Amino acid sequence: MPGAIHAEGLVKTFGDVRALDGVDLDVPEGTVLGLLGPNGAGKTTTVRCLTTLLRPDRGTATVAGIDVLKHPDAVRRSVGLSGQFAAVDEYLTGRENLQMVGQLYQMRAKAAKARASELLEQFNLADAADRTAKTYSGGMRRRLDLAAALVVSPPVMFMDEPTTGLDPRNRQQLWDVIKQLVSGGTTLLLTTQYLEEADHLAHDIAVVDHGRVIARGTSDQLKARTGGERVEVVVHDREHIPTAVEVLNGFGKGETTVEQHTRQLTVPVTGGAKLLAEVIRELDTRGIEIDDIGLRRPTLDDVFLSLTGHTAEVKDEAETNGEAADAKGRGRRKESAK
Amino acid sequence: MSTMSDSLVIARRNLIRMSRIPEMVIFGLIQPIMFVVLFTYVFGGSMNIGGSTDPDVYKNFLMAGIFAQTVTFATAGAGAGIADDMHKGLIDRFRSLPMARGAVLTGRTMADLVQTALTLLVLAAVALVVGWRPGFAEPTNFGKIMAGFGLLLLLGYAFTWIGALIGLSVRTPEAATSGGLIWLFPVTFISNAFVDSSQMASWLQPIAEWNPFSATVQACRTLFGDPGVSPSDAWPMAHPVWASIIYSVVIIAIFRTLAVRKYRRAAG
Repeated sequence: MPGAIHAEGLVKTFGDVRALDGVDLDVPEGTVLGLLGPNGAGKTTTVRCLTTLLRPDRGTATVAGIDVLKHPDAVRRSVGLSGQFAAVDEYLTGRENLQMVGQLYQMRAKAAKARASELLEQFNLADAADRTAKTYSGGMRRRLDLAAALVVSPPVMFMDEPTTGLDPRNRQQLWDVIKQLVSGGTTLLLTTQYLEEADHLAHDIAVVDHGRVIARGTSDQLKARTGGERVEVVVHDREHIPTAVEVLNGFGKGETTVEQHTRQLTVPVTGGAKLLAEVIRELDTRGIEIDDIGLRRPTLDDVFLSLTGHTAEVKDEAETNGEAADAKGRGRRKESAK
Repeated sequence: MSTMSDSLVIARRNLIRMSRIPEMVIFGLIQPIMFVVLFTYVFGGSMNIGGSTDPDVYKNFLMAGIFAQTVTFATAGAGAGIADDMHKGLIDRFRSLPMARGAVLTGRTMADLVQTALTLLVLAAVALVVGWRPGFAEPTNFGKIMAGFGLLLLLGYAFTWIGALIGLSVRTPEAATSGGLIWLFPVTFISNAFVDSSQMASWLQPIAEWNPFSATVQACRTLFGDPGVSPSDAWPMAHPVWASIIYSVVIIAIFRTLAVRKYRRAAG
C-alpha cells in the first residue's frame, strides 16, 4: 500500500534547467522523511509539486491517498505547508494571521479565533499575539508560520528548510516543536541542508542531487556508506607525515589519506573518543608534534562526497542561482517555459 | 469553499494592512485635494465651459472630472498591492490553502473599493468647501447625487481589475505603481473631465467622447446638475448613465477573467 506521501517519476523543468529529473518518494503514514541535499538539488521544487503549488511536467503523486494532479483542492485540505520563507503577513498581528488562515481553511470565524489562541499558547507566542508580525524575531516568525500550517491539524505536513537561517537556540526550539508534532502521528516530509537535522528528526533520509534521489536509508545506513567517523590530524612537521601515516593505519578501518600542503591526514575509524585518546598517546610516544587533531563525524559534504564524488559546497556555488531563480520566479518562469 | 466568504476574509486582511500603513491612504488623499485646489484656482478663470468663462461655472464643471480621475487612481494601489503579495512568501500560503482561487484578487479589489469610497467622501467635502454646489445648473436631488457616486465607485472598481492584471504582469510593486498610473494620464485628459470636449480638435473629439471614462464624467454631471454637460450626439454622451454602467461592467468582465486566469496559471 502506498504511503501517506507517494511520488513516482516527478519531472519539472524551468527553461533549460531540469529541476526534477524523475523523483520517486514514499513516506509511510506517521513517519518522517528527511529530503537532504544542497541548494539547487530540487528539494523545494519537490515540495512545491507535492503541495499543488507547481504542476509537474510528468509523473504522478498522491498525498493522503489523494491524487495531487487530479484533485488539488482536496489535497490542500489535507496538508500543511511551512516554507523556507516565513509566509506570514507582517502587517497583521500573530493572532490575525492565524485567524485569517483558519478562515481560509473554511473554519467559522469563532472557531478560527479559538484555534488561533490555542496555537499561540502552544507555540509560545501568547505574549506577542497582538503585536504585528513585523516586530517578531526570525525565530518567532518561523514559529508563527509553522503554527499557520497546523491550524487544521493536517494529517500530512511539508516543511521546507524549517530552520535555515535560525540561531542554534531557535533551531533547538523548533526541533522540539516538530518532534512533538510527529509523536502525535503526523506524516512529515522535511527538507534540509543539514545532516544533523535530518539525523535528529527523520526516520528515513532521501539524498537528492540534480533533481534525483541518489540514495535513501536511515541515518545510520547513510553514515555507514560514507565511512562513518574519522580522525583528522594536522602534523606540525612535514617530515613526520610518513610515521604519522603508519600510526593512523594501525588504528583506522581504511587507508589514510594525506594532503601534503596542509599536512592533514584523515583516516576512517570506529571507536569514538576513546580511540582518539589512544591515537594521541601513540603519536606522542613516537614524538610526533601535532597542530590539530579531532574526531569528525560525517557531514552532508561527506555523504555527498561518497555518493557523488563531489562535495555539496562545490555544487552549491554552481547551482545556487538555479534554485534562487526558481524560488523567486515562481510561476512566472513556468509560464515562459510553456 | 465560497468565493464570497474567502474574498471577504482577504478584503479584511487588506483593510487591516491599509489601516496600519496610514501614510498610503493619506498620500492617496492629498493628490486629488491638490488637483481640486490647483484646477479651481489656477485654471478657473481662463476656462470656457459652454460659452461661459465664469470661474464658478468651471469650478462646478470640474468636480465630476476630479472625482472620476480620483477613483481611477485606485488602479495603481491595487496593482502595487497584488504585485507585492505575489512576490512574498505569503502567496504560497494562500495557494496551499483550500480557498477560492480568485479570492486573493477579489479581496484586494474589494478593499480598494472601500478605500476609494473613503477618499471620495473626503474629496466631496473639500469640493463643497471650495464652492461646488450640486444643482448649480440643473435641479437635482439626494437620490441622483448618490447614484452619481455609485457610478464613480463602479468605475473605480472596474479600474482596480485593470490594476490587478498589471500587478500580476510586472516584477515589482514599484513597476505596478508607475505602470498603473502612466496610461491613466492620457485616458483621463483626453476626455471631458477638465475641459469642454466639444472645443477639442475634430480628430480628438470623438476619442474623448467615446472614452469610457468620459461617459462616467458626463453621467455624474447630469446627475449632480453640474454645468457643462456635453450636447454631443455621440451615443455615450447622449446616454451617459447607461454608457457608464455598460463600460464598467464590460471592463470588469474582461479584466477579471484575464486576471484570475493569470493568477491561476501563476499558481501552477
